[in-house]
Amino acid sequence: MADAVPSPLQVPKLRRGFARPSGWTVAAWIIAACVATPVVAVFSHVFLPKGDIWAHLYETVLGAYVTNSMLMMVLVGIGVLIVGVPAAWMVTLCVFPGRKFFEWALLLPMAMPAYVVAYTYVGLLDYAGPVQTGLRDILGMPDGLHWIPEIRNLPGAALMLVLVLYPYVYLLARAAFLEQSACVLEVSRTLGCSPTKGFFRVALPLARPALAAGAALAVMESLNDFGTVQYFGVDTMATGIYRVWRGMGDAEAASQLAALLLVFVFVVFGFERWSRGRQSFAHTSSRYRPLPRYHLRGWLKVGAIAGCALPLLLGFVAPAAVLLGWALNNPEYWWRASFLFLIRNSFIMAGLAAVLGVAVAVFLAYALRLHATPATSLAVRIAGMGYAIPGTVLAIGVLLPFAAFDHAIDRWAKATLGMSPGLILSGTLVAVTFAYLVRFLTGSLNAVEASLGKITRSMDHAARSLGRGPGSTLWNVHLPIMRGSLLTAGILVFVDVLKELPATLVLRPFNFDTLAVATYNLASDERLAEAAGPALAIVVVGVLPVIMLSRAIGRSRPGTGGAVEGAVP
Amino acid sequence: MSEIILGLEGVGHSYDGVVEVVSGFSLGVGAGEIVCLLGPSGCGKSTVLRLAAGLETLQRGRIQLRGETVADGESGVSQPPERRNVGLVFQDFALFPHLTVARNVAFGLADLPEHQRGQRALEALAQVGMAGYAGSYPHALSGGQQQRVALARALAPRPSVMLLDEPFSGLDARLREQIRDDTLRVLKRSGAATLLVTHDPEEAMFMADRIYLMQAGKLIQSGPPAEVYARPNSEFAAKFFSNINELEGIVQNGWVATPLGPIPAAQWPSGSSVKVIFRPECLDCVPINGASGRAVLPATVTEVRFIGVARLIRVLATAENGAALDLQVRTSGAFAPEVGAKVGLSLDPARAFVFGPAQNAMQTPLAEPRSNA
Repeated sequence: MADAVPSPLQVPKLRRGFARPSGWTVAAWIIAACVATPVVAVFSHVFLPKGDIWAHLYETVLGAYVTNSMLMMVLVGIGVLIVGVPAAWMVTLCVFPGRKFFEWALLLPMAMPAYVVAYTYVGLLDYAGPVQTGLRDILGMPDGLHWIPEIRNLPGAALMLVLVLYPYVYLLARAAFLEQSACVLEVSRTLGCSPTKGFFRVALPLARPALAAGAALAVMESLNDFGTVQYFGVDTMATGIYRVWRGMGDAEAASQLAALLLVFVFVVFGFERWSRGRQSFAHTSSRYRPLPRYHLRGWLKVGAIAGCALPLLLGFVAPAAVLLGWALNNPEYWWRASFLFLIRNSFIMAGLAAVLGVAVAVFLAYALRLHATPATSLAVRIAGMGYAIPGTVLAIGVLLPFAAFDHAIDRWAKATLGMSPGLILSGTLVAVTFAYLVRFLTGSLNAVEASLGKITRSMDHAARSLGRGPGSTLWNVHLPIMRGSLLTAGILVFVDVLKELPATLVLRPFNFDTLAVATYNLASDERLAEAAGPALAIVVVGVLPVIMLSRAIGRSRPGTGGAVEGAVP
Repeated sequence: MSEIILGLEGVGHSYDGVVEVVSGFSLGVGAGEIVCLLGPSGCGKSTVLRLAAGLETLQRGRIQLRGETVADGESGVSQPPERRNVGLVFQDFALFPHLTVARNVAFGLADLPEHQRGQRALEALAQVGMAGYAGSYPHALSGGQQQRVALARALAPRPSVMLLDEPFSGLDARLREQIRDDTLRVLKRSGAATLLVTHDPEEAMFMADRIYLMQAGKLIQSGPPAEVYARPNSEFAAKFFSNINELEGIVQNGWVATPLGPIPAAQWPSGSSVKVIFRPECLDCVPINGASGRAVLPATVTEVRFIGVARLIRVLATAENGAALDLQVRTSGAFAPEVGAKVGLSLDPARAFVFGPAQNAMQTPLAEPRSNA
C-alpha cells in the first residue's frame, strides 16, 4: 500500500491504528487459517496417487453423481425463483387480504430442515399414508392410485429443497423491492407502464442482482444437502462422498470427490459474490416514501393469496401438521428419558458452538475495527467463507487433519512415553464443534459486523481518550451496546447447529446422538412416526430465529437490518 | 504568554501514503488558552486534532504534552490515546447510550475510588448545569443537553488539554449561540489548554484567543481574531471571513488608482498588476446629494437584503473607463435606500487590502458568510 505510487515528498511508510503492530491481526489470521484447514486438507489429497476405487468410481457412478448434482442445482435454482420472486413482489407492492400475515409467515419454511420435509411427504403420500387412504375411501378404489406421482426421485428431492430454500430468494427479493425508490416505480407508471409491465421492465431488472444472490445461496444449500437426497436414494456428490468413505472406507477417493464438489461450490459462491457486488447499481435514489401499493381485485386477488399460501402450506403447515399428528398419536415413541438425552446432547453442542461462534465473531469484527488493514480484512473475509463448505466435505476436511494429528501424537507418545493416549481430537466434541464453527461463523460474523458497524467511531475515541484501552473499550462500551445483536447471532448459530446433519453424523462422539441424528436414523429405518418427536423439537426451536427475523424485517426499511443480513450469509 | 501545554512541531500526515493532508504544521497552546483551528472542510484541521489526541499515529514531526514528547515521527514513538489524558468532545457528542448521564461522566474516572467517582461526576455535571439529569439516559436529552454532558464527561478527569472537533455544528442556530457562550465560560474556568476545530469563522472569532487558519494541510495565518480579520495576509485569508469586493489595478508610485480613489500600495513596484480587496462593511453608502468630505462614486442600488443587524446592499457603478462595477455594501446605519435609488460610494483606503496578481476570482453571492459546508 505504502509503495503503491512513489511520492515526490517521500512520505514515510504508512502506519495505522494505535502504534504497536497488532496481535489482533495475527490472531485473526490464525482463525482464518483454522477455517481454511478443511478446504486445504481436502485439496491436498487431490494430488495423491489415485486408488483403484477412484478408477472404479470414474467408470461407474461418478458421471451420475455429477449429472445429478448439476440437475439438482438447476431445478432448485429455477424453483426458488419461481416461488420466491412473485411472493416477494406481491407482499411488498400489492394489497390483498392476508398480506401482512404472509409477509412474515412466508419465512416459516426456513425452520424446516429439508430432510424432515422429505420424511413427512413420504409419509403423507405413501400407500398407507393419509392422502392415498383418503382418496381410496372416497373413490372406492381399493387397488391404489397409480397417478399419485412418486416423489422419491430427483425432481421430488429438488421440490423438497425448493420448499424450504425459497425464503432465501424471498428475503433478498423483498429487501431489493423495498429498497427501490417509490419514485422510480411511479415514474415508470407515468411513462405508461401498467403495474405488471412496471414489474417486468423496472422492478425485476433492478432487483436482478439480489435475485441472483438469493438463488445462488439456495443452490449452494442444495449442494450441501445430504439428508434429503440420501433418503430419496438420489446419488449426488454429497451422498457419494459419504458412501465412498463410509461404505468403501476410502478416504482418498472421498476427499477427491469432495474437492470436485468444492469446485462446484466455488463457482456458485463466486457468482453469488459477483451478484452482490452489482447490487450497488440498484440504488438509484436515496429518497424513500411509503411504497404505493397496487390494490388487487377479482382473480388477481385470488391468485395472490394462492401464490403466497401455497408455499407456506406445502413448506411448513403440511409437514408440521404431519409431524404433530405422528407425535401426538405416538407419544410412547418420544415421551421417555432418551428423548431428554437427545435434547440435552443437541443443546450442549449447539450452545457450545453458539457461544464460541459469537465470541470468535466479536473478536474478528473488533480486530477489523481496530486495524482496518488489507491484511486483517482478508483474514476476516476468509474466516467468513465457511458457510460455502458442504457438510460432508467439511466432515472429511476436519477428520483427515485431526486424525493425522492424533496419530502423530500417538506415535510420539508411544515412542517417548511408552503409552498410548488414544484419540484426542477425532470423535470428540472438539472436532464436531470445530466443524460447526467453520460452517456457521459466517452467520454470526455478519450479524456482529453489522451491529458493530452501527456504533459510531467516536464512541471508541471517547472511551480511549477517557483512559480505557481497546479491550476495556470493547467490554464496557461495545458489548453492552450490542448485546441484543449478540443474542440474535447466537440463536442463529444455535438453530443452524441443531438442524445440521452430515457433519454431525460423521464427527459426533461415539453414541452421542442428537435430535438431527436420531431423526435421520429413525427415518432411514422407515420408522417415520418415531422420528416425529426429535424432528418436531428441531422445528420448534427453528421457528425462534424466524420470528426474530420477521420482526426485524417489519422494522427496517430500506431493509438491511443486522438480523436479516445475519440470516442470509 | 503562559507555558505551552500542547505543542506540535512540523507535523505531517498522510492517510494513503501519497497525499499529505497535513504538512509542516506547528502550533502551541498555553494553559487556559483557547486556540481555534479554522479552515474549509478537508483542509486537514480535524487530522491535526486526531494526531494530538493520539487517534492517528504520528508520521512526521513531534507532539508534546505538558513538556513531554508523546509522539515522534522520527522514532515512531506514539502514546495511545488512553495514556495522554486529553479531553475529547465530538461533533456527534458520542455519549454511551447504555449508560446514564452520571455513569457517562464517571466513565473516565476509573482510577478514583468508588465514592469519589460519583461525587466528581456530579461536580462536573453541575459545572455545565446538568446535575439534575444525572439519572437520565442520553436518548432522553436534547442536542444541547447532550453537548453539555459530553463537555462534562471530557472535563471530569481534569485533563490539561481539551480537544473539541466541531462541537457546535450538531446544534441548531439559536441554541448554538447559547451553548457556545456557556462552553467558553466552562473551558476558561477549567484552565485547560483548548484546541477547537471549526469551519465557521464567526465561531472561531467568538471562541478563540488565537486563530490558526489552515488551507490544504498548511498554516496560512495565525493570530488573535481581530488581527487575522483586519490584516489578512492573503487573498484566501481575506475571503474566508466574509464576502468581499475586489477591484483590479496597476500600481504607480506606491498607489493603485481605483474608481473609489487611490489606495496605498507601497510594497509593490510600479507597474505591478494587483487586486484591491475590501469587505462590504468598509464601503460607505451615502445619499448622492448628501454633503460628504470624501469623493463619492455614483452608483445604482440593484438589490437590498435586510438581515436584522444590518442591510446587505448590492450596487452597480460605472468606472471611468466604462467598465461596470458590481459591489456589495454592508451597513447598519440609518440610511436605507430602495432598489433603483442613486447613491454615492466611498471607501476608507486604510481598510482595503492589496494582493498580488489575480488568480481565479471567486464568485461572491449576496448572502451572509457561509452556512455549514
